[in-house]
Amino acid sequence: MAVTPQTVDELTRAEKARSRWIAAVLDFARQRPLGAIGGVIILVMVVMAATADFVAPIDPLATDYGAMLSAPGAEHWLGTDAYGRDVLSRMIYGSRTALMVGLGASLIGSVFGAVIGVASAYFGGRVDLVVQRIMDVFFAFPVIILALAVVAILGTGVGNVILAIATPMVPRCARVVRSSALAVREMPYIDAARAAGFGHRRIILRHMLPNVMAPLLIMATAFLGEAILLEASLSFLGLGVTEPTAAWGLMLRGAAVEFAESAPWMAVFPGLAISLAVFGFNLLGDSLRDALDPKLRIQ
Amino acid sequence: MAFYILKRLLAMIPTLIGVAVLIFLLLRVVPGDVVEARYIGEGSVFQSQELMDIERKKLGLDQPLWNQFVTWMWGIVRLDFGLSMWTGSPITEEIELRFALSLQLALMASTVATLLAIPLGILAALKQDTWVDYAVRVFSIAGLAMPSFWLGILMILSMLIFFHWLPPMVFTPLWVNPWENLAQLIWPALAVGYRYSAVGTRMMRSAMLEVLREDYIRTARAKGLWLKMILARHALKNAILPVLTIISLEFAFLLGGLVVTEQVFNLNGLGMLFVEGIARRDYTLIQALVMLVASAFLVVNFVVDIAYAWLDPRIRYR
Repeated sequence: MAVTPQTVDELTRAEKARSRWIAAVLDFARQRPLGAIGGVIILVMVVMAATADFVAPIDPLATDYGAMLSAPGAEHWLGTDAYGRDVLSRMIYGSRTALMVGLGASLIGSVFGAVIGVASAYFGGRVDLVVQRIMDVFFAFPVIILALAVVAILGTGVGNVILAIATPMVPRCARVVRSSALAVREMPYIDAARAAGFGHRRIILRHMLPNVMAPLLIMATAFLGEAILLEASLSFLGLGVTEPTAAWGLMLRGAAVEFAESAPWMAVFPGLAISLAVFGFNLLGDSLRDALDPKLRIQ
Repeated sequence: MAFYILKRLLAMIPTLIGVAVLIFLLLRVVPGDVVEARYIGEGSVFQSQELMDIERKKLGLDQPLWNQFVTWMWGIVRLDFGLSMWTGSPITEEIELRFALSLQLALMASTVATLLAIPLGILAALKQDTWVDYAVRVFSIAGLAMPSFWLGILMILSMLIFFHWLPPMVFTPLWVNPWENLAQLIWPALAVGYRYSAVGTRMMRSAMLEVLREDYIRTARAKGLWLKMILARHALKNAILPVLTIISLEFAFLLGGLVVTEQVFNLNGLGMLFVEGIARRDYTLIQALVMLVASAFLVVNFVVDIAYAWLDPRIRYR
């Protein structure tokens, strides 16, 4: 391909855009050190999840009955569990499960929540009233109880757990999005769009949704941490991700508690992984909220 | 005000009916029922269909859905929650002792959360943007991040390793042996309370920061009032409301939502009952439990709103 002035121009523009992006990230890190720490934790987790096949020293599913409950040492850095499986490898693979469930649930929950919230605000009147009353009903359920009910219906496993966790998130997200969408609805450009004869769907998806992205993004990041916690809780109860999949909550179940005194590494490390991951998402979410939403900014 | 209270009370009814419909339908969608759960659970897969039908008829499960629903609702109106489908004893009896446990735990956890949140929040606000502020923030975000069941495991573990002592694992009601009771419940209350203090701490901090910038605080300072006095008499009174609100709202969910923590500490609370009930497809029990938790949530919400109006003369409802 010939290098025309145009392509050069495009390239430099792309370069500029990228450097602006990097500058924004650096700026964010400088102004919000806690958020940057959160970002780094998440980055490490993502890299771990992506490269688990290379990073993990041992197959996470390989049982070694000769080395059951062995203490951390040269061969098994963080020890082994009751089946002789390597705790470190299972933790690394567990990050994959946690991220998958977290991202999946957060994505599904916030997409449905956003659409319901925006539509409720857009149509207003009776539609809004009915939708809000239905959301009230969902709000009266504790999160974990709703999730447990969905698991009871769908069964266990990664996919079902994602749906189970997304369910209680939908009304929470819808409420937040609705309140911002109410303000957006009054904007002149929505009137303009209506005057131009656009359909409801187009106005909701193309004009309103992009303008509630900031609270949505904040919500979704906050959800991520909560979803990881919820997944761990469900798996711990034996009603989430099932054996032999490597999941942090699952690693804390059963033998980890039974042999807690003689093999504390089984109980300590996976919990540490959960806490660190959620900690990272919470730090990032908090700073993101401060940076993105001036309305929610606290001093 | 009386009209507002009445309006709010009446508004609870449709929500409760919605909750009833939702849980009723959700349970019917769950594969299997109590009869299947019992016989298949006992290992006799070849239970005759006839026998199962007779059992279902006895429980009223052969009736059309709307009929079952109306029967159940009519019972609730008369405050009769019926019999547990699994044990056959009255639901109220099944729930009673477990409710006492969950209520006590929720109260204790909320107390822990309040006792942590208020001083920490004030401290963070007074030392805004210093290392103290950051430390408080990290402490509370860490509390949100740690699963309370894991914190529970760690507590039990460290007590075992360092003190060779285990908290009692069999529940003793407060009125039987208060000491034994507290020795058992204080640990889950700490684990859960720490987690729930986080939101309160943040709320306390921001509310305090806001209040400290008000004119009347400046006036109080200008007239040379002692800082402690300003905080206690002027600032705290105004900043504490949102914190108490958020903690009371959480309280309702602590009643039925501590499923996992109860498991770790071997507490037979409502959460545990819920998981058992689901596994046994004990429709009546689950329905009653959900209604109980949902009503608790609505009532707490209501009380908080009313308390607001009562405590803060600027707020008036119509």
